[in-house]
Amino acid sequence: MDQKTQASILSIQNLKTHFFSRKGVARAVDGVSFDLIPGQVLGIVGESGCGKSVTAQSVMGLVPNPPGKVVGGKIFFHHRDLLTLTVQELRKIRGAGIAMIFQEPMTSLNPVYTIGNQISEMFRLHKKLGKKQALAAAIDMLERVQIPSPHKRVHEYPHQLSGGMRQRAMIAMAMSCNPEILIADEPTTALDVTVQAQILDLMHRLKEEFSTAIQLITHDLGVIAEMADQVVVMYAGQVVEQARTVELFQHTLHPYTRGLLASIPVLGHRTLGKDEDLVEIKGMIPSLYDLPAGCRFSNRCPKVMDMCKNHLPDLIDMGGGHQVRCWLHTREMIS
Amino acid sequence: MTSPLVTVTDLKVHFPIKKGILAKTVGHVYAVDGISFDIMPGETIGIVGESGCGKTTAGMAMVQLTPVTSGAVLWKGRDMAEMTRSELRALRREMQLIFQDPYSSLNPRMTVRQILSDPMDVHGLFTGHQRKERIDFLLDTVGLSPGQADLYPHEFSGGQRQRIGIARALALDPCLIIGDEPVSALDVSIQAQIINLLKRLKRDFNLSLIIISHDLAVVEYICDRIIVMYLGKIVEAADYASLYKNPRHPYTRTLMSAIPVPDPARRTRRIILKGDVPSPISPPDGCRFHTRCPDRMEICHKQEPAMRRFGNRHTAACHLYTDEQAEPVENKPKAKEKIS
Repeated sequence: MDQKTQASILSIQNLKTHFFSRKGVARAVDGVSFDLIPGQVLGIVGESGCGKSVTAQSVMGLVPNPPGKVVGGKIFFHHRDLLTLTVQELRKIRGAGIAMIFQEPMTSLNPVYTIGNQISEMFRLHKKLGKKQALAAAIDMLERVQIPSPHKRVHEYPHQLSGGMRQRAMIAMAMSCNPEILIADEPTTALDVTVQAQILDLMHRLKEEFSTAIQLITHDLGVIAEMADQVVVMYAGQVVEQARTVELFQHTLHPYTRGLLASIPVLGHRTLGKDEDLVEIKGMIPSLYDLPAGCRFSNRCPKVMDMCKNHLPDLIDMGGGHQVRCWLHTREMIS
Repeated sequence: MTSPLVTVTDLKVHFPIKKGILAKTVGHVYAVDGISFDIMPGETIGIVGESGCGKTTAGMAMVQLTPVTSGAVLWKGRDMAEMTRSELRALRREMQLIFQDPYSSLNPRMTVRQILSDPMDVHGLFTGHQRKERIDFLLDTVGLSPGQADLYPHEFSGGQRQRIGIARALALDPCLIIGDEPVSALDVSIQAQIINLLKRLKRDFNLSLIIISHDLAVVEYICDRIIVMYLGKIVEAADYASLYKNPRHPYTRTLMSAIPVPDPARRTRRIILKGDVPSPISPPDGCRFHTRCPDRMEICHKQEPAMRRFGNRHTAACHLYTDEQAEPVENKPKAKEKIS
């Protein structure tokens, strides 16, 4: 455990973020632990409401409070627990240490400032550069994210850019202070496929260039397969499976992960005569206010057993860092 | 030989851009710019393309929900533009729509029963005791229970709402359903449920379906024929297997290679396009894809390529292929002229 925390740059341990409302307590993130290794891409995958974005918001201290609150756990960044820092201390880390990009670049860029203004603000605040130097640095960043004619673009407003360009501008802003960690929350979901390919390619290259660790949050297992070194699968606020990417796709253990993989239409499968119908996961994601008593996937699981309904399985390491939260695999280990 | 259900010939939809107090037309958005295709009874067609390619406008023009600039849409051989309002109204019974967002396409103040009754009231169908039977049947068909008929849309999840939308489309026994991104807003596990439902309905009711989507993989799963659009034009159209095995147009190839494959062992080199889709207000001259095409030649920015036929039901518009047999050019020019 100690070794693990040393190697990792960001270590989330038993994080619990709950939302308190009139309907009750929504346990959006409920005991999530994982580590981010320097220079790696950690993919976090899950469907809406699984807690993948709230986990990222907890790291950045962006959970809206009220109604949300981090009620337990630790988030270590360079051996400092981010949850114990003051607002000022956290502000220094945001941007310079950990940067974040969001799904919809139009809503996360400020529409009344030029992009040059917004990017150079990073340099002025964190690197204490003067106005002119900061603008020059902003132009340099735009060039590095391959925005054509950056000298012109730097004076434009977000609405003058296309969706892909805006996301590039967001990435330029996030990377401007050379952060150690980039948290990307569904960075390509709002983009067209050909533009998504460009952005993924860009993120790949920037990762090499800046040797940044990336925490990539997405619902798309295809994006995970392309980008991630390590994958965390979340369901209803918990980690259900975690492994290295190739291991996860080739030796899938959790029935939910299996279901997810089987339910994606893959280009060419029908033509090549593979399965005529997609495999469905029955039912729907449970409400966070009304979770099943035992395993949270038990009401949809095709392999559900009696014990699943009343007892929540632990996340167990099956060897080689492949962790799974399922009674099927505990039993195998015991017998 | 059966005759087509819908024939679209050289359909154009241009939206004027108005400026100033006098609302002078200063230009046009060439949303759909001359597309032609047929839909046979019982056939499922997918229209794929990126945002702004005109796929939704094409679908809306087919049901006359957007004014057509020129060209014709024939419904069973009759020009829809020449139909009277009442004829069109009667015709709408046979063509129904499913929308992308299951949250905004259902009236929140109506119960499911009212939502499903509405189209029946408009057309005066399934009156009296038939009504309840029909609604029970529809809910059962889309996988909801008849007991849920008196609930409001907000009491359902996204996937269930999309099922309600599908039940509403089925209410009048249409022969054509147009689905505009019917699964894009749904989670993966729910998306699979709706895709399977659509496939089952198509079999059981012998429906013609048009699925408008940005996702080539989804379309390949449901559709018999796929039309690929780029900036208001059809660049390629083929049966799903032919398109997958033998994509002719560089844009189709790019689109196919851009889709991330959920298999880390197959991390292949993707074709990465430069730049964004040009604006449909001033589309490029010649081939509209030439500004981003990895295979562009000198001719591409001067002359618009004609639609060429490859085998039975496969067409593509690209200068890479010659006129005669529409076989690929033997000696593909090695030094491709780069247009800067």
